[in-house]
Amino acid sequence: MLKMNRDSNSYTFLFATIMVFIVASTLAFTASSLKKKQDENVRKEQMQNILSTIGIAIDRDGAEELYDKYITEQISLRQDGTVDSKINAFNISLKKETRKPLKEQRFPIYVANVIDSKYYIVPLIGSGLWDVIWGYLALEEDMRTIKGAVFDHKGETAGLGAEITQNWFQESFKGEKIINSDDILVGISVSKTNNDSKGLDKDDHEVDAISGATITGDGVTDMILGRLKYYMTYFDIIKKEVIKKDEIDSDNKIIALK
Amino acid sequence: MSKALKPVIKSSLFFINKNNEPLFSKKNRALLSDPMDDNNPITVQVLGVCSALAITVQLKPAIVMTISVMVVMGASNVIISLLRNLIPNRIRIIVQLVVVASMVALVDQVLKAFAYDVYKELSIFIGLIITNCIVMGRLEAFALGNGVWKSFLDGIGNAAGYGFILIIVAFFRELLGSGKLYGYQVIPDLFYEMGYENNGLMLLSPMALITVGIFIWIQRSRNRKLIEKN
Repeated sequence: MLKMNRDSNSYTFLFATIMVFIVASTLAFTASSLKKKQDENVRKEQMQNILSTIGIAIDRDGAEELYDKYITEQISLRQDGTVDSKINAFNISLKKETRKPLKEQRFPIYVANVIDSKYYIVPLIGSGLWDVIWGYLALEEDMRTIKGAVFDHKGETAGLGAEITQNWFQESFKGEKIINSDDILVGISVSKTNNDSKGLDKDDHEVDAISGATITGDGVTDMILGRLKYYMTYFDIIKKEVIKKDEIDSDNKIIALK
Repeated sequence: MSKALKPVIKSSLFFINKNNEPLFSKKNRALLSDPMDDNNPITVQVLGVCSALAITVQLKPAIVMTISVMVVMGASNVIISLLRNLIPNRIRIIVQLVVVASMVALVDQVLKAFAYDVYKELSIFIGLIITNCIVMGRLEAFALGNGVWKSFLDGIGNAAGYGFILIIVAFFRELLGSGKLYGYQVIPDLFYEMGYENNGLMLLSPMALITVGIFIWIQRSRNRKLIEKN
């Protein structure tokens, strides 16, 4: 082989073929042999993220145990707010789901029970500046106050858009309301003009934006409103059920008193 | 060390160092030190400026990027140097690209499986490394024509020269832009109460370019042989 002319066509082809073969098989081998371990990491991270929205901080390895303990329901919803019990909500990939027609889409939601409080955790997906961004938003039992939020991204600019993963940014969502006083869903805007950089006003439906990350911030705003709107029918159904249950309870009390 | 091992080590050293030159001879040391000043990839060769603007908002990503580029440049320079007598001239750029890209993909996969937290921190930079002009520049200009050990030193040296600028720029941008260093607040609250404000402009790319420009100015006024004559 060494005798061959290095500039000849046949040598070039031979070299390219061997190189492509070696590189492709090495990469394919590593990717497929590590796939299981990688998926495991991603799965545990998903549990870790869901837990952290309701204020439970845990390392990745311990996440599974606590997840099973606190997350009592994993529900996949249809567009009309009814439950599709055939699909495991945890396995739904929002990225694939959003490409389907709206009627076929399923909307996952997680219900957590911690001591006496109930939380609803909604997964989010949207677009940042460069690539997809996603996260989880936990709502209190009233279904309007935010308990906690987690965001992540694939390729936002380090130090700017990528700051959405930081605690101080996610912390500012706590206590904000997603529904205004007229009972209309308004979401939370990541705002550059809210004059409330300390986040003291919890009724303004706004959090302070990150300097230099306008488009990622707008992506977060759109993502929250865009995903939450699909859950409103479900929340209404639940609220009605709660009211009904309260009425029955009070009726029972009256009967018992009689 | 046993006597039987010595010749083995010597012959394996011969493989990377044919002229029996000391490993850190003056010439070889220059491969490491030149890129820090006289032949800096960013301020003199003006390569890799794009990534220098993007990731110098904070010190931490700048340091992480420096280490990643060092690893990639050291290793890819070695591989290309080993293959330098086999690579067909007409497709050499493609070969270099394939080597860098596949190594980067490999590192990415291994980190994702075994060091997921590091992977999460690094994955964005790992993608950026492939597009870093310095990597290709050094492969083309140095590794294709030099021995393995020299190429290794050249790769490390240039990556260090690149990282040196990155860290300096990131230092000033983080300090003046957000009042922090490595994520910790260094400007006391008292200053803010007295009316001091962080300079938001420092967080945007144009100020990175201006910071690099000021550095080039200082470097050339100190090291006059760098000034172009025309």
